[in-house]
Amino acid sequence: MSDQPFRVLPALDDTNRFFWTSGEDGQLRFLRCQDCGYYLHPPLPRCPECGGRDLTPDAVSGRGEVYSVTINHQSWDGGTEPYAIVLVTFPEQEGLRLTSNVIGCQSDDVHIGMPVQVAFEQRDDVWFPLFEPAAS
Amino acid sequence: MTDFERRSVISGIGQSAIGRRLYRTGLDLTIEAALRAIADAGLTTDDIDGIATYPGSGGIGEAFSGPGTPEVQDALRLKVNWHTGGLEGAAQLAAVINAVMAVGAGLARHVLVYRTVTEASAQGDGGRQGIGAPSGGGSGKAPKMGGSFQWSIPMRAYSAANWLALVANRHFHEFGTTAEQMAMIPINARRNAGLNPQAVYRDPMTLDDYFAARMITTPFRLFDCDAPVDGSTAVVVSVAEHASNVDHPVARVEAVGTALRGRPSWDQFDDGTSMAARDAGAHLWSRTDLTPADVDIAELYDGFSFLTMTWLEALGFCGKGESGPFIEGGRRIALDGELPLNTHGGQLSAGRLHGFGFIHEACLQLRGAAGERQVRSNVEVAAVANGGGPIAGAMLLTREG
Repeated sequence: MSDQPFRVLPALDDTNRFFWTSGEDGQLRFLRCQDCGYYLHPPLPRCPECGGRDLTPDAVSGRGEVYSVTINHQSWDGGTEPYAIVLVTFPEQEGLRLTSNVIGCQSDDVHIGMPVQVAFEQRDDVWFPLFEPAAS
Repeated sequence: MTDFERRSVISGIGQSAIGRRLYRTGLDLTIEAALRAIADAGLTTDDIDGIATYPGSGGIGEAFSGPGTPEVQDALRLKVNWHTGGLEGAAQLAAVINAVMAVGAGLARHVLVYRTVTEASAQGDGGRQGIGAPSGGGSGKAPKMGGSFQWSIPMRAYSAANWLALVANRHFHEFGTTAEQMAMIPINARRNAGLNPQAVYRDPMTLDDYFAARMITTPFRLFDCDAPVDGSTAVVVSVAEHASNVDHPVARVEAVGTALRGRPSWDQFDDGTSMAARDAGAHLWSRTDLTPADVDIAELYDGFSFLTMTWLEALGFCGKGESGPFIEGGRRIALDGELPLNTHGGQLSAGRLHGFGFIHEACLQLRGAAGERQVRSNVEVAAVANGGGPIAGAMLLTREG
């Protein structure tokens, strides 16, 4: 724990629990419309693409690409080391993005277009979907 | 066209004292600004029959929200036919636009609109806070995060600085925009603030000063982020006929831009280099026969320097992705340039009056009363924009009288 930074925990409820606990088996999941195949993020009660109501969390590959990155230097939470905040996109669906962090490398080495792979960090009952560099 | 916009004018403007730490209440500052605006409009409190603010009371910290309309209505003993406040809508300008709609609809003849912040006093001697960050840095506890913030705060993206930095870096990547270009926004703002006695930061700033300041979150350095202040800005939106009763030129409302067509989310918006300004900007031009070439001055929100660049593109002053070259060197956006920009110093140097500083300045410039910083060429048309990121609003004002 000592080398892990402080993190605010998400408040789990029936709409988001699947997402924040998905990493328990090492898989990243998004809510997906079973009628048209659209991934809904953040979760919604109805598919905004086709109106479908048959919505189920489905696993994705966990591989993605850095769409953008910022190296944060401001100490918001007591941490003093700069860290990489990224937007990750996924091959499964154009425009599907997650705000996350890249770990497992120097923050200055994180760049747009970098291939990444999900890497979960567990705190209590939450598995944070973070990302680490992946082979291209 | 008889669009509702042209049925109203901004007949009066007023500001309270503005400062980094005034330790006065929001209501006290609001009363000061409101009475000045009402007098400037040639009116008394008895004439005010509407009141609007952004956002007013409702559960957000008072330092950010300012007093609600019930408090101000009571304090000034206003007898109003219409009143509103709220956080949603076309950014901070939503309050002004709501007033324009109320006047256009005949619900009110003279609406007091205000925006009040006491964020500098609230911050005290401490640093700027992230959203949902633990008290006392990492030693404190933080509540669990629900709602839309759960998608950013747990990833240690605590501030709009972080969220917008992702948009900015994507823009830098796609279009070759540089930090030297972006620096022209704060440097231009400081140059103009030096001529504005109300501005909180007036010492000259060089490119070296800009780069010497600490990094907040790449590519944003300290001077890319606006400066929290205490202060209140008020305007009076009146029926257009009132223009002839006022002893100075007024600002006629030509058009508003309020559209929101993409997803209102920092990370899911379809266009990751412009966001909601794109929609409000396009909507604005769909409601007027004027074009960007007709605009004499631009007062474009700069909560972060990069937001002004997105507005330059969204309002068509330059092409998509071209804001970097457009502002390069800073000549074009100077007071004597082809598009004087943020002529009072913006929020970066005049202080974070949260949107309303821009509309106040546009009205002053249109009436030729901006003192040392008055743009010398004839100011007939002003563009004002507020917000950026997932919420945005824009307004076009013309001189009347």
